[in-house]
Amino acid sequence: MSGVRDSRWPMIRDAGFDGLLVSFGDTLGEAANRAALAFRAAVEAARIDGVTETSTSLVSTYVKFDPLSHPHETMRADLEQLLAKRDWFEARLPEGRRLWRIPTVFDGGRLGEAASAAGLSADEAVEQLSTARLRVQTIGFMPGMPYLGELSEAWDIPRQTELTAEVPKGGLCVAIRQLVLFPVATPTGWRQVGQTDFELFAPEREEPFLLRAGDEAIFEAVDVLGPEATYEEIE
Amino acid sequence: MRALKVIRAGPQMSVQDMGREGHLAFGLSRGGAADRLALWEGAALLGQSESCAALEMAGMGGVFEAAEDMRIALSGAPMAAAIDGVPVAWNASHSLAQGEHLSIGAARAGCYGYLHVGGGFDTEKRLGARAAHLVARIGGVVQKGDELPVAEDKGTRTGLTLPEPGRFKGGKVRLVPSVQTELFSAAELRRFGHTVFRRDAKGNRMGVRFVPEGDSFASEAGLSVLSEVIVPGDVQITGDGTPFVLLSECQTTGGYPRIGAVIPADLPRVAQAAPGVELRFEFMALEAAREIERKEAARRAGLGRTAQPLVRDPKDIPNLASYHLISGVTDGNAR
Repeated sequence: MSGVRDSRWPMIRDAGFDGLLVSFGDTLGEAANRAALAFRAAVEAARIDGVTETSTSLVSTYVKFDPLSHPHETMRADLEQLLAKRDWFEARLPEGRRLWRIPTVFDGGRLGEAASAAGLSADEAVEQLSTARLRVQTIGFMPGMPYLGELSEAWDIPRQTELTAEVPKGGLCVAIRQLVLFPVATPTGWRQVGQTDFELFAPEREEPFLLRAGDEAIFEAVDVLGPEATYEEIE
Repeated sequence: MRALKVIRAGPQMSVQDMGREGHLAFGLSRGGAADRLALWEGAALLGQSESCAALEMAGMGGVFEAAEDMRIALSGAPMAAAIDGVPVAWNASHSLAQGEHLSIGAARAGCYGYLHVGGGFDTEKRLGARAAHLVARIGGVVQKGDELPVAEDKGTRTGLTLPEPGRFKGGKVRLVPSVQTELFSAAELRRFGHTVFRRDAKGNRMGVRFVPEGDSFASEAGLSVLSEVIVPGDVQITGDGTPFVLLSECQTTGGYPRIGAVIPADLPRVAQAAPGVELRFEFMALEAAREIERKEAARRAGLGRTAQPLVRDPKDIPNLASYHLISGVTDGNAR
């Protein structure tokens, strides 16, 4: 779907009483994801009156505002004006992104099962997963939890139909060409392929959330957990 | 230390305020009190800011001891309350002297009762708020043995009550359209508006499930909707075709189609619907919702002016029992 243009997008929709959702597609694609991230950065930079909070999903920018001081019509017009400024599908990713290297033990869990679903041997699977440079497409569901993509087409494997009772905190899981990393132990339908000790969210830490949408990550294979994750600024 | 000691604790008590905005992009929902209106009511009773933190009690209260003289107020779901064994009115403010025990029982209606203290609870702020976010593991439940610090209180007045809130028995809840409303056919939306729903046993601070009388609901997109941002008030139609209304500790993205969004003024009514309570949804346009919210904001801001002195009904004055020689025996322990 990446790069495919459709006159329906971008589309602005009411999202409940005090939100607007600016969507750049209805299926996940690199261009739509990039557009959503870039547009959110632009909304933040424009400091539009009445906006109280913004965020992104995989392909949309969410804008929360106060409709009592800035009615929907005004807010919608402000966003339309900003949208018209450029082709957001061509926009560059926001500044200040980081490339993370996150030590990961690839074994156990459902690595073998995931590899065969992807038509790969376990070694090939680890080789691919541990070298792929992936983008944090969005953070959501749970505090600090990243959805990373896009893996090669071989990894377009469905989630399991039954839930795994508990994937440990720091568990790295795969499905539908994405990796997710869990901030807390949780039941999930995603197949676990690796384990990290990466603390995605710590409320008492100076930087409570480490990853931001738009950041990139490489899950580097290690034999034993211990080395700390590192990052460098991109560009 | 100025504190409230927890002598006994119900299973789901936590310190709550209006929650923390600004972390949605990091996957953290606002959190805060399940019934935000109850915070405004407690603040009105004590003549202080609605931003003061209070103790939220889900279904069941506890026993508390004042380490110093303090003022308290009780709001939200009505629960049986007594100070050193003497019943006190809910939806009212009282004084609690040093060493006195406040006991709060089970909810008689609704789900979430609130205990406010003059000055507010002065627990540590995390990410800009005192609210425990149980799902995100920010803070936790309040337990027996805890001592909750209480901030300095500038007020002195007690013995006030507010008009009966009446949001604890379900009823009509108003919705505005949201992102995926158009994925539902006009007929399905009409039927949704005519259906009586019953609050399911399944529910917590993340959200509550409602079970329709009659058939479940389906959208044209089925379950193939791409995950989108979700916020408190959103009404998801989950895999089994029943609505799930998101509350303050909801997740931040969700892949179920949303049929609509409960307007903020009516969300306390949803949060306070106890299992089995009946509720109906009514769609309205955004402009109409804006008028309702404007009036509700003005009403909330003026709540303090509607506070009235508590009139003690003689039959509610337990001390009377000690003078009342019905059987010719008085309780020697009566205070």
